[in-house]
Amino acid sequence: MNYLQSFIEASESLLANKMRSGLTVLGIIIGVAAVIAVLAIGNGTQESILGEIQGVGTNLLFVTSGGSEDISNPKPLTLADAEALADQFSTPSIDGVAPVLNGRVEVTFAGENKSTTVVGVTPDYASVRNVGLSEGEFVSDTDLAGRSAVVLLGTEVAEDLFGRKSGLVGEKVRIEGQPFRVIGVLEEKGGSSMGSEDDQILVPMTTAQTRLLQRSIPNQVDIIYIQAVASDAVPQASLEISQILTARHRTMIGEEDFSILSQQDFLDLASTITGVLTIFLGGIAAISLLVGGIGIMNIMMVSVVERTREIGLRKALGARRIDILSQFLIESSLLSLMGGFIGILLGWALSLIVEMIAAGSGTPIVPAMTLEAVLLAVLFSAGIGIFFGLYPANRASMLEPVEALRYE
Amino acid sequence: MSDNNDWVVNGRDLTKIYTMGDIEVHALRGLSVQIGRGEVVSIMGPSGSGKSTLMNIFGCLDRPTSGEYCLDGESVANLKDEQLADIRNRKVGFVFQTFNLLPRSTALTNVELPLRYSPPNGRKRRELAKEALVEVGLGDRITHRPNELSGGQQQRVAIARALVNDPAIVMADEPTGNLDSKSGDEIMELLLGLNQDRGTTLIIVTHDPEIAEQTQRVINIRDGVVAEA
Repeated sequence: MNYLQSFIEASESLLANKMRSGLTVLGIIIGVAAVIAVLAIGNGTQESILGEIQGVGTNLLFVTSGGSEDISNPKPLTLADAEALADQFSTPSIDGVAPVLNGRVEVTFAGENKSTTVVGVTPDYASVRNVGLSEGEFVSDTDLAGRSAVVLLGTEVAEDLFGRKSGLVGEKVRIEGQPFRVIGVLEEKGGSSMGSEDDQILVPMTTAQTRLLQRSIPNQVDIIYIQAVASDAVPQASLEISQILTARHRTMIGEEDFSILSQQDFLDLASTITGVLTIFLGGIAAISLLVGGIGIMNIMMVSVVERTREIGLRKALGARRIDILSQFLIESSLLSLMGGFIGILLGWALSLIVEMIAAGSGTPIVPAMTLEAVLLAVLFSAGIGIFFGLYPANRASMLEPVEALRYE
Repeated sequence: MSDNNDWVVNGRDLTKIYTMGDIEVHALRGLSVQIGRGEVVSIMGPSGSGKSTLMNIFGCLDRPTSGEYCLDGESVANLKDEQLADIRNRKVGFVFQTFNLLPRSTALTNVELPLRYSPPNGRKRRELAKEALVEVGLGDRITHRPNELSGGQQQRVAIARALVNDPAIVMADEPTGNLDSKSGDEIMELLLGLNQDRGTTLIIVTHDPEIAEQTQRVINIRDGVVAEA
């Protein structure tokens, strides 16, 4: 057997029926393209979400009020809780504590209006949340003590109000009608699936408490950000937080009225969700591959019947069973492999289009076409060609030469 | 079993029974035929006489139900399908009434076809196929496809294909049946010429007494046995 010759012959026979071969291949193309695109986009989404979460820092913990659903009347977190957590002796695994208040406010400057998130912060917030400034200074202890009417602007807010991102220190803006002095501009962080960090303003905690975000309980805070001393100290830090808050809130073990979330929790959750979605969508795409395979089988069956005389002739001239079998298998695998390659290109193009759309709408996803996905698609489509080609090819190879030659 | 190698075709007591549903059809009933090396023989007989069955057995496309058949000194009655395919490939050339060329392949590729299933490869194949086409007078048509050739030319391609493996026998089944009389005469001339030049044993199955007249010996088949002339 000369494989090159078989290959050429198979392509010739497929090309002789361009329309039919094309339509048959289409099923595989669509299936493979869908699988490739779904896997690439799924991977890209996962990477981008994980990247964002990791960008925040893996040694960060979030403490919020409210535990599991059946805890009634959870005690809110307070500044006192935060101070207790910051105690170096009882919480050696905790490096920094940053309680915050947040809410929506209206910011105005010279007739420009913007609704944004205001966050009441303490000076420690800068190091705990890893906030950088492109100009100006962060909220100081003096600002905190004096309840100063000062504000740090996120770049998006600055852009919307002033049309620029720098030279803003000393400008005056009004928040909920009250005058605030700009003392700095936050570094640009870029978009994020958890809400843009550029679309927010920071004010001193005490200022927020008294002027902007009144809460029912004095010194109440919404979230306490905790920085563990290292990533691998996160579980220990979580334990320490839990012990202190349980004691302070006088709750039973197992009935905590607060929740501690680490970056790891978010990472796990995010990768579980994207993973399940990818498998689900990939599974649906794989069904279309299966349908494409049945299409190949159908066409090969027709082809075998159509070429009964040719098969008889080949057998009369000395072709063995294996020769006929491989001839038809090569044809069906060629069909499905062609579909596989075109499908990979199409899937790649599709994921690029999705990338452009995603970039246009402000949530960048970089589709990651992995070698595994490509190999999977190629092997799967070749496998489909062989599997669905086997039955028709076997039928062809079993034909009796005498009868096949007589076939009209 | 006869060791007489002068018989290239040696069939003894051949029977063939087809079962069609409940009915057994006796196509051959103890037929014995010997054909010598280099002979030109025609097989005649009415439809249903068993001559097609006989041709299939001579050409190793089918096995007799019982009896002994030796082709070129090799007993083939008990061979497996794959071995029969090999014998067909090496020892038998077929010429069909309807030519049976691959419609999309060139004359050269068609002639190469039997060589695809045997050892010589690549260049060698191409050369052998070219030589065979030159021999049947189509040296200038090797890249033509069947639909670009006349009926007579197509049959010449088929003859080249039958010869390319240098077989022990060439089986021609109504080789002129689909041709006008002029092309038919040319094809017969070519076949007989090849027999003279190469010494190829030629077995022609035909209805046409004019064709049979041109052969050295006529074997008449009636009801599955050889009818005495």
